[in-house]
Amino acid sequence: MESLLFYVFTAIMLGSAIGVIVNRNPISSALCLVLSFVGVAGLFILLSAFFIGIIQILVYAGAVMVLFLFIIMLLDVNVEEKRKVNLGAVGGGIFIALIFLGQLLSVVGDIPGASEPLADIDHQQALVARTEARGTDAIDGDRIAEELAEGSLPDVQLIGEAIFTKYNFHLQMVGVLLLTSTVGVVLLSKKKLS
Amino acid sequence: MTLANYLIASGLLFTIGFLGVFVRRNIIVVFMCLEMMLTAANITLVAFSRFNGTQGLPNLDAQTLVFFIITVAAAEVAVGLAIIVALYRAKQSIHTDDIQSMKG
Repeated sequence: MESLLFYVFTAIMLGSAIGVIVNRNPISSALCLVLSFVGVAGLFILLSAFFIGIIQILVYAGAVMVLFLFIIMLLDVNVEEKRKVNLGAVGGGIFIALIFLGQLLSVVGDIPGASEPLADIDHQQALVARTEARGTDAIDGDRIAEELAEGSLPDVQLIGEAIFTKYNFHLQMVGVLLLTSTVGVVLLSKKKLS
Repeated sequence: MTLANYLIASGLLFTIGFLGVFVRRNIIVVFMCLEMMLTAANITLVAFSRFNGTQGLPNLDAQTLVFFIITVAAAEVAVGLAIIVALYRAKQSIHTDDIQSMKG
């Protein structure tokens, strides 16, 4: 069942990715890209990264692609006139992409553990490790420990814990980055830069 | 499924995005292909996090990194699209062949 789903999601992802570069109409390309990102989210959920999968759909397939469609609509470039294809660029692009793919395929087999099957998530072991690291008192009433004891993966809580303790500085830097990009976008979109 | 399967799937997605950047001349589609390559890198990170787990859990540092990458990518899309709009105002075209004022 799992391998069937893997092939279905990979086919959706790669098929609509090809659709992005084949379509002449930018709106069709954008909608193909949404479908491709939905396939990617399916792969994330197959890898039991539920939070990342949901974020992929909300941020990428939702917000980012709506932004793309807005810009295509605002620029009104939905019909692309036929131009002479630059054969050098197309041939060179395919050549370099094939070289890249060949190198990748020759390397993938050598990665340690590349052909081991997916191991199940061991909730009991994780619970024991968490109890040992924090002591029995701290585990009492701990949401993550409760969910692990029930046999489900609390990945939202675990990622949240990592973000707000270990990676707190990075989170604040991302906040500064978002502010900077907001200011930058407003400046770039002004009619006259004075 | 093995780690190699996921790595090959992400490599194929990266290659398609790479090809799109080379072949397409519409700057918005080129930008979409850049996003595709970024997503392929995210698949690799999540696959490694799941297959190299510690103490029965996936490696959550990698998933935190993916969270930050998605945030940065969203900011990058906003700035990139603003640049494309400014470029369209200046040149009345989003065809990369028409934008060559920096050509030597």
